[in-house]
Amino acid sequence: MTGQEGDRSARDAAEQAARQSYGKLVAFLAQRLRDVAAAEDALSDAFAAALTDWPRQGVPDRPEAWLLTVARRKAIDTVRRRRSGEQAVDQLRLLAEELAEGGAEAGDAEIPDHRLALIFACAHPAIDERIRAPLILQSVLGFDAATIASAFLVAPTAMAQRLVRAKAKIREAHIPFRVPDRAEMHERLEPVLDAIYAAFSEGWSDPAGTETRRRNLADEAIWLGRLAAELLPDEPEALGLLALMLFAEARRCARRNEAGEYMPLAEQDSGLWDARLIDEAETLLLRASRLGAVGRYQLEAAVQSAHVARRLTGATDWAAIARLYGALLALTGSPVVAINHAVATAEAKGPAAGLALLEAAAADARLKEYQPYWAARAELLARMGEAAGAAEAYELAIGLESDPAVRRFLQQRRAAL
Amino acid sequence: MKYMLLIYGNEREWQGLPQSETGQRMAAYRAYSEALTKAGALVAGDRLQHTHTATTVRVEGGKTQVLNGPYAETREQLGGYYIVEAADLDAALSWAARCPGASHGAIEVRPIWTM
Repeated sequence: MTGQEGDRSARDAAEQAARQSYGKLVAFLAQRLRDVAAAEDALSDAFAAALTDWPRQGVPDRPEAWLLTVARRKAIDTVRRRRSGEQAVDQLRLLAEELAEGGAEAGDAEIPDHRLALIFACAHPAIDERIRAPLILQSVLGFDAATIASAFLVAPTAMAQRLVRAKAKIREAHIPFRVPDRAEMHERLEPVLDAIYAAFSEGWSDPAGTETRRRNLADEAIWLGRLAAELLPDEPEALGLLALMLFAEARRCARRNEAGEYMPLAEQDSGLWDARLIDEAETLLLRASRLGAVGRYQLEAAVQSAHVARRLTGATDWAAIARLYGALLALTGSPVVAINHAVATAEAKGPAAGLALLEAAAADARLKEYQPYWAARAELLARMGEAAGAAEAYELAIGLESDPAVRRFLQQRRAAL
Repeated sequence: MKYMLLIYGNEREWQGLPQSETGQRMAAYRAYSEALTKAGALVAGDRLQHTHTATTVRVEGGKTQVLNGPYAETREQLGGYYIVEAADLDAALSWAARCPGASHGAIEVRPIWTM
């Protein structure tokens, strides 16, 4: 092998190890060190070492174990340098013992998977809600702060600062790296699922799929959702969230027609939907429903399921969708759900019934700046023949929309009045 | 790992309570302190006199300024504290949730700086 080829294969091996095991290695180290930032630092040193060492020595048989051993040594150095006192002594002893064991794990045993414990630490209620999803993306998936910042529309320096602050809190307040027990699971799972869904929504909000960074975010969120569903197979909401994301992902391509125009769900070509993803989502939702504890994500997934049933029956069961939104509204009290409930009711029982619900929902002042509220109001007024009111509502909806394709769609509707 | 539980509550509300009620609250605190002791988690804990007894001191340019009153006027006031030994934040939070003060005020949980 020439030096250059060796270089490349070492780089490939390091990159592959990084992709496959980054989160696992961070999770393992973070739990030992009780420190996410220190784990990330040690690991990035280990990857750097791999890039100089592997081309010369060849790629080790077990790259993960090699990286972990080097990262541990780096971590010991850092702990020794930075900290003193009882705590540091304990940590050093722990790390040194593990190394002395010749890395029982560095032999044949698998490195234990603590990623879920890491995710629970990142989405701990003591961590600022807005930073939970970014923190998970960084520590479990290795996204850099700049990429995360651009996906969440936050200035990179601000995002980097918030991430540093959150990791400092994990370290200094001793936020534990553990999967909560059964009694706490319900309360603690919710912020984890919410963080995963927030990551997915950021990715999903780029419908044209032109921004690859966001596109990746939706994929990565689904990957996290799969991880959660796999590691918590008896948690109906974890299954419900994965089902919801898969239903949405299945319709990704159908959200725009060939000309790049926005296609509302009811007008989408169901032939463009990904049947394999829909089947998987249906199976998950069925499994979740057998666990006997309904929740927000299962209900939202059930709405999606009712929508995609059109590909088999040719018609949408709006009455069923309205009932599901009604249950979701009772559960969450969300004004966004209230709008969807009103729209589904209008389809099932006529525009007047929908408009009455919409007006009741408008008591929530936040809706005044929410595009879908005005779009729904415009649509219902138009159906009732109130062109002037509809035009006014369309005007506001257009003004509040940021996606050009959706804006064009709304302008066409307004022109057709 | 040591944490300080800072107990915030409305002093005025305390003062306005009938005696039977304050007696009950005091008993709840005694029971809580006892539970902490039994668990080997109690490091320290005290109730503070009301904020009207507070004096704030600051040295500026070598000159000592003494001001009557608490450092900050707040709707709820620091009325006491516990220092507890806990394995991690979750354990500390679960002690905080059981503190009687959590039901009529709020408990701020702060890790103690380890030197």
